[in-house]
Amino acid sequence: MEILKKYPKLFQWLFLLVVFFALCFAIDVPETYKFIRGQAEFIKDPNQSAFVFLGKEVRYYAFDVFWRLPPLLGWLPIWINDSLFFLMNDWMPMEFWNEDTQEYKTRPLVLQITRNLTAFMTFLIELIREILLGGLETIVAFTSWDWIDANPWAELPGLPWTIVAAGSAILAYKLGGKGLAIYALLSMTYISIFGQWKPSMQTLSFILVAAPLSFIFGLGLGVAAFKSKRVEKALYPILLVMQTMPQYAVLVPALVLFGVGDHAAVIITMIVAVPPMILLTLLGLRAVPPEVIEAGRMSGCNNWQLMSKVLIPTARRDILIGVNQVIMVCFSMAVISAFIGAKGLGFNLLLALNQLNIGLALEAGLCISLIAILLDKMSLAWANKQVDYFGNLNFFQRNKNSLFFGVVVIAGILLAYFGSIYFKDGYNYLFEVPHNKGISTAGFWNKGVDWIFDTFFVYIKAFNTWLIVDVLQPMRALYLRMPAIATLVLVVGAGYLIGGIRSALVVCGLTLFIALSPWWDRALVTTYMATFGVLVSCAIGFTVGTLCFQNKHSRNFMLNVCDIFQTFPSFVYLIPVMMLFGITDTSVLIAVIVYATIPATRYTIEGLRSVPAGLHDAATMSGVTKFQRLFKIEFPLAFPHMMLGLNQTIVFALFMVIIGAFIGTEDLGQYILKALSDKNGAGIGLTLGICVAFIGLIFDNLIRTWVDKRKKHLGID
Amino acid sequence: MSEPVIKCQSVYKIFGANAERMLKEANGNVDAKTFQENGCIVGVNNASFEVSKGEMLVVMGLSGSGKSTLLRCISRLTDATGGKIFIEGQDLLNLNNKELIDLRRNKMGMVFQSFALLPHKTVLENIAFPLQIKGIKTEDSINKAMDMVKLVGLDGRENYFPRELSGGQQQRVGIARSLAVEPDIWFLDEPFSALDPLIRKEMQDEFLRLQEKLQKTIMFITHDFDEALKLADRIAIMKDGIIEQLDTPANIVLKPATEYVRKFTEEVPREKVLLIQDVMDEKTSSDIGDLKVSKDEIIENVAEKILTQEKTVAVTDSNNNVVGSINPAKIINTVFGGRKNNN
Ligand SMILES: Nc1ncnc2c1ncn2[C@@H]1O[C@H](COP(=O)(O)OP(=O)(O)OP(=O)(O)O)[C@@H](O)[C@H]1O
Ligand SMILES: [Mg+2]
Repeated sequence: MEILKKYPKLFQWLFLLVVFFALCFAIDVPETYKFIRGQAEFIKDPNQSAFVFLGKEVRYYAFDVFWRLPPLLGWLPIWINDSLFFLMNDWMPMEFWNEDTQEYKTRPLVLQITRNLTAFMTFLIELIREILLGGLETIVAFTSWDWIDANPWAELPGLPWTIVAAGSAILAYKLGGKGLAIYALLSMTYISIFGQWKPSMQTLSFILVAAPLSFIFGLGLGVAAFKSKRVEKALYPILLVMQTMPQYAVLVPALVLFGVGDHAAVIITMIVAVPPMILLTLLGLRAVPPEVIEAGRMSGCNNWQLMSKVLIPTARRDILIGVNQVIMVCFSMAVISAFIGAKGLGFNLLLALNQLNIGLALEAGLCISLIAILLDKMSLAWANKQVDYFGNLNFFQRNKNSLFFGVVVIAGILLAYFGSIYFKDGYNYLFEVPHNKGISTAGFWNKGVDWIFDTFFVYIKAFNTWLIVDVLQPMRALYLRMPAIATLVLVVGAGYLIGGIRSALVVCGLTLFIALSPWWDRALVTTYMATFGVLVSCAIGFTVGTLCFQNKHSRNFMLNVCDIFQTFPSFVYLIPVMMLFGITDTSVLIAVIVYATIPATRYTIEGLRSVPAGLHDAATMSGVTKFQRLFKIEFPLAFPHMMLGLNQTIVFALFMVIIGAFIGTEDLGQYILKALSDKNGAGIGLTLGICVAFIGLIFDNLIRTWVDKRKKHLGID
Repeated sequence: MSEPVIKCQSVYKIFGANAERMLKEANGNVDAKTFQENGCIVGVNNASFEVSKGEMLVVMGLSGSGKSTLLRCISRLTDATGGKIFIEGQDLLNLNNKELIDLRRNKMGMVFQSFALLPHKTVLENIAFPLQIKGIKTEDSINKAMDMVKLVGLDGRENYFPRELSGGQQQRVGIARSLAVEPDIWFLDEPFSALDPLIRKEMQDEFLRLQEKLQKTIMFITHDFDEALKLADRIAIMKDGIIEQLDTPANIVLKPATEYVRKFTEEVPREKVLLIQDVMDEKTSSDIGDLKVSKDEIIENVAEKILTQEKTVAVTDSNNNVVGSINPAKIINTVFGGRKNNN
């Protein structure tokens, strides 16, 4: 009894667990229940029950409501689908002038808007693409096909790769100095020599449109939200859901609205990349000390100057993290949007993965990562650039980079010209190395994979079998064995214990949505995979983070490693694991673990670093050993920060699990992937996406509430 | 006397959701306690005063007494909840945005308690910032800023970032920045608190020298009575948002208006505040020695001279006419004794 009084919270938690397990044992698995695989839900089965809501028929296998709730939200995907269809085809028809046929035509408003957006995006992408690769669409857009036929010289020839490579090196030098320039030159040359030039430039043109647009929109909306409470309130829920929504899921509705192609990919990328940018902008602006704003005011700033010269630069740190996120998301999407027909490296990567040509996939993945890191570093360097007022430079010094670039352009053109004379066999290697003529290491890698498989097959297989049979399957069975009511009680109870009635209600709502959707079983599978991934990632991340924190060099090294790994598009992680483990759940889980370990490590280090140095010194002075200091002072203080890392770890893990559907897992992701090729998939895709987002939000809500309380308790904040 | 540069008429600043309604209902009788119970914090309570051209008004008071808030009202960084403020006859609260910006660009300068430097700009850029905002050419503003850097003795560090400077150095940047536009009205919120004693004295002297030359109208917040005495033409003492007394240093010490002011000034060394004329005898006694002191001298500066005399010392006015006398014993009495029973 003493113990109960001393730790009332502990007792409450124990009580919750007891109730949970009691429910689990009390409610039996219904005899008819089986985990439904594949398309079974769509097959009409006389055993199914059905109900009609809003004119939509929903069919489902009815169980005891304590075991599985009926899918009362089953009409939602169909309804979303129909609404989208209605919007696109029948809502508010208006007269629009058609350039091609020179007459007014009746079109639904939304269709017209999306078509115009599409045209605009296509134009931007094509423009950059044609500068880099050559073509004539842009010219045609301003003139006509007839004009081009009459003036064939007007076709853009595209820049030789030498110019692009040297140009990016010069830009990198101007922004970030020698190291960055060398990196730029090497990676561009690599891309060219290995025959990845064309897809790389296609991807680059996509990024160069998507990233700046996302940045501008994100910054603009962030500023708007900062200035007006109302905008913020309207944006906030959307932002929250978007943060945890897997990028996959947005693809499907966008497919309906914008069709297939690069333009749709850009728009989706913006939808995914803008929310974190908004959040970080808002966060940064909020953190600007009021006195700095007042100083700006007293210097006579008007509102615009205050925003552009005082607030935004002062909030630069957070905004830069936003930029970093935007670039990350853009590259991630560059791969994912290959599903809806975006061209470039992502398409090659997916194709190679599909054909199980690991070597090719590796090459494409490497190129994407190289470009991603380059752009990330360049944008960082650009933002940190300083002006030198006392340089007292002459004309040559001031413009040496531009002049040098001019020289490079001329030299590149000359080289390309001589190349066309020298290489008579039709391939001008100084202009562009064609896709199949570059050096390819694919064969080498594939042999390597084969060798690994041949040599280690037994061990890998044994490991695989052990993991699947002894760990994963039991775990999965346990998750599926939970009655819906028991899960609900557990989650809501946790919400109540952590954050009181408010938290409990929020969590209850989120869980109910999933439970009432037709995909509760799948959601459980997703959760089980994510849980497994998160547990292992956290164990690794917290250990590695703590160890690396002990030494300044290893700490910085690790943070840099995290930075670089974070820039890799998520799909890239699938390549090496497929190399080693083939197409199994193990592959997905290992990819999940690797991917999710990044935030876990990073936040551990940053959490430990955020412990005030004064405390550190004070502790050392009072004669505490290193271990005592770590456990008594640093961990407790860094814990809130580390928990935010856990939050990120969960989101990362969820994303990867969903992407893992590509190698064939039986969770929500599988259905999202399926929805992609389904004509009526938009509603299903979106609902599934919301389900995944809600899984993330449940944990997000619990962790955040707990962290806030903890922070108050510790007096940090 | 010409028009006052700053003129406040019962200015109130009350923080809280329904501050305005509460103020109206209070009908001029604002009581901090009752307001606090209703969720409002009284920052400034019925402040009325004038500052004339070239005058330096020092504001003192305990932490949280509303000094910074008063300054913010007068620079309209926050809108006062009630009352009227005139800057050179213009009604400050009626200015539109553009007029306000003009006023700030050309007339006002402010040094902030917590420096408030722009973290992404170097020392030089920080100082040049108000000039650039005004639209002055980069080259000119950089040159001007460089002069300011020299003035506050930071040359050699103009390309440092604020985070690379000590607190005192940062504050000097803040001072230089506020001076860059050559404002007529200068607000300083504890500008010298972060400086070490040596630099502080130097800066105070420099400040006085500048003031002699530029004759700006200044409102200056400090916690340091010595500093106040050295600089002030008049001192305002605040408590809980109320200006308890606003007077010359001597009057504040000699004739405290309230018990609070008396307590506040208790520890102040009198000899630093009082002039000879404050303690001299009006009548000239016969027993006068050869030494003559001016009636406008601060006691501290002539005390030693007087105390070495045995006889009473003659006091003269600016025309060297004898207007009174002072006895060494009186000096001893002022400096060391009778603080409590001083009229
Ligand atoms: N933005 C604000 N919102 C609510 N209350 C405020 C705000 N700014 C100041 N106050 C309150 O107004 C009172 C006066 O604050 P002010 O900053 O003017 O004090 P101060 O005299 O400058 O103190 P210090 O010497 O510590 O600088 C304080 O009680 C403070 O809590
Ligand atoms: Mg203050």
